[in-house]
Parts: sequence; C-alpha cells; structure tokens
Amino acid sequence: MSVPNAAASPRAKERTELLRQMVRIRRFEERCVELYSAAEIRGFMHLYIGEEAIAAGVLQALDPGDAVVSTYREHGHALARGVPMDAVLAEMYGRTSGCSRGRGGSMHLFDASRRFYGGNAIVGGGLPIATGLALADKMRHRPTVTACLFGDGAVAEGEFHECLNLAALWRLPVLFCCENNMYAMGTALARSHAATDLALRASSYGIPSWPVDAMDALAVADAANRAVESIRGGSGPCFLELRTYRFRAHSMYDPERYRAAAEVEHWKELDPIPRLIARLRAEDGFTDDDVAAIEAEAESEIAAAITAAEAGPLEPVEDLTRFVYSEQR
Amino acid sequence: MKTTYREACREALRDALTRDDRVFLMGEDVGAYGGCFAVSLGLLEEFGPERVRDTPLSESAFVGAGIGAALGGLRPVVEIMTVNFSLLALDQILNNAATLLHMSGGQLNVPLVIRMTTGAGRQLAAQHSHSLEGWYAHIPGLRILAPATLEDARGMLWTALQDPDPVLLFEHGTLYGMSGELDDDAGPVDIDRAAVRRPGTDVTVVAYGGTLGTALDAADDLAGTGIDAEVIDLRTLRPLDMPTVLGSVARTHRLVVVDEGWRSGSLSAEIAARVAEEALYELDAPIERVCTAEVPIPYAKHLEEAALPRRDDVVAAARRAVG
Ligand SMILES: Cc1ncc(C[n+]2csc(CCOP(=O)(O)OP(=O)(O)O)c2C)c(N)n1
Repeated sequence: MSVPNAAASPRAKERTELLRQMVRIRRFEERCVELYSAAEIRGFMHLYIGEEAIAAGVLQALDPGDAVVSTYREHGHALARGVPMDAVLAEMYGRTSGCSRGRGGSMHLFDASRRFYGGNAIVGGGLPIATGLALADKMRHRPTVTACLFGDGAVAEGEFHECLNLAALWRLPVLFCCENNMYAMGTALARSHAATDLALRASSYGIPSWPVDAMDALAVADAANRAVESIRGGSGPCFLELRTYRFRAHSMYDPERYRAAAEVEHWKELDPIPRLIARLRAEDGFTDDDVAAIEAEAESEIAAAITAAEAGPLEPVEDLTRFVYSEQR
Repeated sequence: MKTTYREACREALRDALTRDDRVFLMGEDVGAYGGCFAVSLGLLEEFGPERVRDTPLSESAFVGAGIGAALGGLRPVVEIMTVNFSLLALDQILNNAATLLHMSGGQLNVPLVIRMTTGAGRQLAAQHSHSLEGWYAHIPGLRILAPATLEDARGMLWTALQDPDPVLLFEHGTLYGMSGELDDDAGPVDIDRAAVRRPGTDVTVVAYGGTLGTALDAADDLAGTGIDAEVIDLRTLRPLDMPTVLGSVARTHRLVVVDEGWRSGSLSAEIAARVAEEALYELDAPIERVCTAEVPIPYAKHLEEAALPRRDDVVAAARRAVG
C-alpha cells in the first residue's frame, strides 16, 4: 500500500515506517484482547500497548543478520522484527502454523530464520543467551549486534549484573535495552530498587548508557542508531534505559490495584502514536489520508492473520513428544 | 599407554579443541589456574585465552552464554566446578537449554556440552559432595553422561560435541586420580548404550560413575563366596538404556542398583520402577537398592563413609537377593 505524501523524502519514509510498525502492533494487540475475551487465545498474555515506540525504534536500527532476544511481552518485538503476523497469531491459537508450532504460545515466539530468539518467560533469562550470541559473533569475527530487550524487573536479578559484567569485560556486541515501564507486575521501581537510575547503574560496569524518552519513537530510533553504530565500531556493549509506560494491565489477569487511574491517564497523554503523527504532520506534510492508509493496511493485515490462524491445523497429538531431542543426530 | 582419568579428560579436551575451531572451553579457573581439578592444565598456553576462557563467578551468566554461543554456531564446552554450583545455573539449564528446541517447534538446537564434577568421598562436607546427576536425568531435553572408565573419560566428550542437543557430563571427583592402561588410539565412544563391565550369571549389579568401582570391588568379594555378579555400567543416565539392564535381569533374575544419590526419588528408584514394570516376572527376589543415606554428606571421615554406598553394602544386598 502506498502512502502518498509521506514517502516524499528519505527522512519521511523512515518516520512513516516507525509509525506503520507502531500502528500495526497497537491494532494487533487490541484485536488480541477481543480474541482473548472470546477464548480464541489463552494462557498468559502480556500487552505492549503504550510501549510500541521501543519495538519500532530499536528494531529499525538492526540488520537482518543481527540477533534479537526478547521477553514474554514480545508481540511487538516479533512483529517489528518481521515475524509474519500470521505466524504470531497462529502461535497464540496453538496451531501448527504458529511460529513455534503451537508449543510456545504468546510468551514463547521464535523465528530462527529472522534470528528472533524468543520469547522467554523467566525474568532476566534472556540476558545470558544474548551475551552468548554476541560472544559467538565476536569469536567468529562477524559484524553482528545482538539486541536484548528486558524490563526493569530484570535489573534486580543477579543475571543482569552477571551479564553486564561479562559483556563489558569481553567487550561483546550487545545492545541492552531496558524497557523501564516503572513496574514489575505491581511493584513500582522505587519500591523494589535502592537506586532507581538504571542507566547510572549500567554505566557503573563501564558500559555507555543513555536514558531515553521512549514515548518518542524518534528519540528511541536516534538512540538505537547511535548505540548500534558504536557497537559495530567495536566499542563493546551499550545500554539504553527506555523510559516508557504500559497503558494496560500487566497481563490479562491483573486487577491493577497498584497504580492510580490518574497516573495512567497522564501517560496516555504522552501516547507515542499521536505524538509521532503530530510530528509528521508538522514537519513532513503528513495528511489524514496518510494516517488512514496506515490504519487500513494494519486492519487488513490483522483480518488476514485471523482468517489464516483460524484455518491453521492443530499439531497432531501423535507429534506431542517431537522436538524434545533432535530428530537427526 | 599408562594414563589417568584426569589426563584422559584433558586429552579429550585437547583433541576437541584441535579438531574443531568452533569448540571452546569456558568456566571458572579453567585457564590461568589450570582447572580446579587440573583437568585443563596447559590448555591455555596451547590454545590461548579466546578458546580457553576464564569466566567470573557467574554460573548463570556463563552457562547461559554457552547456550547463546551454541545458538550462534559455536560448540562450547562449559565447565562448572561442581554440581553443587550448577544450581546457580539451573534456570539456564532447565528453562533454556532443555526447552528451546521444543518451545521453538524444532527451530533452535542447543549443541552445548556442560562438564561438572559430582560426588563425595573427599571429606568436603555437604556443599561440595552431593550427587545430583539424577535430578538432571529427570529433565527431558537433556542427555546425561557419567564416564566411569578411562575409555569413557577420553571418548565421551567428542561424541557429546557431535550431538545437536545439550549434553551434561558428570565426572566423579574421586575418579580423576584413577590410573590404568588406555589404547593409544582410543577415541570417541558410543553414548547410547550401557556396558556390561563384568559378565556374570547370579545377580545383576547396576552402577554408574563413582559407584562402578564399588560395584566391581563387591563383585570380586562375591566371586570369593561363589556368587557370580554381572556388573552393568549405565554410562548414560538419560536416556536410559533399559534393554541392556532388562537383558541382564532376564539372565540373572536378581537386581541390585547402586546409586550415590539419595534413595528417595533417585535414579535407582527409576530403574527399579522400570524393571518392576517391564520384567517383574523375571525377578526371583525383591529389587535391592544401595544408595546414600538420607542425610547431607557430613565432613567426618567415618560419617561420610557411613553415608555413602560401600562395597560391603553392595555385597550384603547381593547376598540377600541371591538368598
Ligand atoms: C524469574 C522470574 N520471577 C518472577 C516471575 C513472575 N513475573 C512475570 S513478569 C514479572 C514482572 C517483570 O517486570 P519487568 O521485568 O519490569 O517487565 P514488564 O512486565 O514490566 O515488561 C514477574 C515478577 C518470572 N516470570 N520470572
């Protein structure tokens, strides 16, 4: 689908792409809520709504050969990485056509062909894996970067500190992206951390670290581009503290007793999607038609994904114990 | 050639590092110190610090980094000093190494080898003496090896490195000094089959790792009293080679299992259950188990000895079975 005015300049093209990614992630997850309520999809489901600027901004900085390690709140990361929406949704439907053949669900999306290494439901569990992927790249002299996304909750885990130390010590090409939405489930950062300046804590390992306003997709993209460039230059790891907010509950089971409605409302005013649209209008001649075209494109992609997921076959029960060990040794 | 278990382990590492440039060794003190059991002594000088990599005291990070490096196309050998410390990396081993292939629907292999020591017998008290390999053998997605002989210490590593799935290798701490003859051309060994280490007709004694020697010693004693014991070395604790065990029981009709793990919920319990399920009517006597007493391993020598499966305990169990 073409977006007439906005495709005018290269800068406008890049910014339009950021918006396009954020809109498709947002609309996808809004439909997921409906599908969840209709019991089409189940399990733990964690929505990314409000945080889309991170997925869009960080992943645009990567090349296809780079690696991505994610968490259980990873729909946005997977989609921005190019994992087909069909395969993501089919996974949540538990179908063979899902990106993990129905064995992973919402929290365990994988796509080896796009070097998308999960999907990990253990807080902090992805950091060592990202460190090791970067180690492999460094040892093989590949100019590759591994982006590791995790929440502020992970900063309290020992693995965070072990891995920052190791990555800094060995100057590994890892981009640590802390999505600081200020809550780990119901626990506010200030109630669980003695020192709440996370960029400062990362920099204590000698890692270049920046706080970023992650309600601003352009700021995220700039910071990510800068960090990736520095990492490719051989400087070792970088750390981005991406200050964001989730507009929805932690998961579908969360009654959200721990934060005031007024606080949520305040952050919704900073919504990264209208914010970027305003910038595009003011600086790149973006029009209502451009927005409508992006929305329509997202809607039709989602409709097609739902149709495909519903039609996807279930993995035969006879295959239950496949993929525990490799079939070829 | 005359060699030791320790040297056989080292030779296996040297061989792997030489044959495949994707192989590297990583762990605490594997480099400059030479390995805390001196297994990797000299390898740093030979292969350099890229491939013989000292790590910080961060079990979870470097075991997990081994998983990532395996995903990234390398063939890491990660050493954890002892199984006791592996618990700090249990999350990575169980929640990632063992599950990624399945959770990714067959997309992500983790060709990682983790080596660690296990077992008691050196008066190191509870936090350095436990035998937890049976716990790991509980986990689908892992292959668990326990080399009990020089041949296996020399040969299992390379075979393990050829495996596309994560393999855990348990070296019993008391075996490193064991010496004997090893063929000059000793090489990779089968890791799918248990081995009959001593053929016999009257009773089957199943052992592995550190308990194999105990079982063979007991078999010598039994031979002196006219009981001919067959000793089976499991070698692979997961997946278990039950056909070899069942075949032996079908010949001897009596079973003693020797296991340095605690009896409750142990590998010996699994073997006993499977024999009961699949060959109950072959048995002429109740199954006997010789395990570690249900106590954290104590420091004092006499107490430690009393806690562990002893030669005399195995002899007594076999005599009860033969009746
Ligand atoms: C090791 C571990 N402990 C506890 C949990 C349960 N849990 C799931 S999400 C979560 C909060 C994590 O918060 P954060 O890392 O900030 O990520 P966010 O959900 O905000 O994206 C907790 C405690 C878990 N999955 N893993």
